[in-house]
Amino acid sequence: MSNVYDLIIIGAGPAGITASVYAARKRMRFLVITKDIGGQTAWSGEIENYTGYQFISGAELAAKFEEHMRKYSIEVKEGEEVMEVRKKDSIVLIKTGKGEYETKIVIIASGKKSRELGVPGEQEFKNKGLTYCATCDGPLFTGKDVAVIGGGNSALDATLQLMNIAKRVYLINITSGLTGDQIMAEKIKRNEKVSILNNARVTAILGEKLVKSIKIEQDTNEQNIAVEGVFVEIGLTPNSGFANEVDKNKSGEIKVNCHNETNVSGIFAAGDVTDVPEKQIIIAAGEGAKACLSAFKYLAIH
Amino acid sequence: MDKKVTVYGTSTCPYCIRAKQFLKDHSIDFEDIDIGINQEKAQEMIQKSGQMGVPVLDIGGEIIIGFDKPKIEIALGL
Repeated sequence: MSNVYDLIIIGAGPAGITASVYAARKRMRFLVITKDIGGQTAWSGEIENYTGYQFISGAELAAKFEEHMRKYSIEVKEGEEVMEVRKKDSIVLIKTGKGEYETKIVIIASGKKSRELGVPGEQEFKNKGLTYCATCDGPLFTGKDVAVIGGGNSALDATLQLMNIAKRVYLINITSGLTGDQIMAEKIKRNEKVSILNNARVTAILGEKLVKSIKIEQDTNEQNIAVEGVFVEIGLTPNSGFANEVDKNKSGEIKVNCHNETNVSGIFAAGDVTDVPEKQIIIAAGEGAKACLSAFKYLAIH
Repeated sequence: MDKKVTVYGTSTCPYCIRAKQFLKDHSIDFEDIDIGINQEKAQEMIQKSGQMGVPVLDIGGEIIIGFDKPKIEIALGL
């Protein structure tokens, strides 16, 4: 049983990193398995509500988090993706793309990722004109025709960024009207470079080596719109697919109680992957701390 | 280390910032290209990498897409 860890933390966003700092200070025998470091924080633009920093960029805050974690000699498996989390007797088994691990406790802090459209051409043209990050890739489409898919705040935010640099922006919205903040919607409606298509559904992404157009269905009409860039901004989905034994809500978020326990003993969860109300960096960090302290108490009695 | 290193990125992409920081941490000189303000170089990056995601690293002719630390380490012989 010497290969059994006390704790494995999945994810290294604000929740996972904070949990790891607490675990290091409790001198637990643990490991962090994560696809990347910083999670969504790294992709955030400007952050003005993380206490202690009146203003900090997402990339900088993520770097600070990492620096704090690296201060302790924590074993971090970066670039490793978890495929399965399963309870077997009193042990939790974790299967990744690279190996298998055994642990007494797991804290799932795998966060959320951009939701995909699920249409033909999406996988093929990823990073070939189709992107989920307007902040990162927007500047590549200077002077070009682009489409933004979505109608909520993230889609409106992307449109506001792109209408300053692209030649024309098609905002493809599936509902009858934009659902994001009115103040943004009004700015967009006033801009001549933006065409808003409501009740419109994207059915395919087309191109050769790079994106050339999108196919949309609006009411009963179908049409192709020539664009070189497609920005998918239809919200987020939790990275919880590998955890099949835990209860989740309708959105796929892992249900936790106020001690960050799931319905399966030994499996805890924290941050944006859970049904905790409000998704904020500071809340995720706090949840990570709480989950680790709960896990520490659990270890003492099991 | 005498391979020429070029980083193609945008000023706003977090993984470009991390890739550049990684190179700096290892005292590696590199050419820093902001394709957001240089269309010609943007085309060059698309040609070289066959895709539009950033960052792209050119390490002595070897093209690495994204901040792929293991690949970068091998290419640089770290």
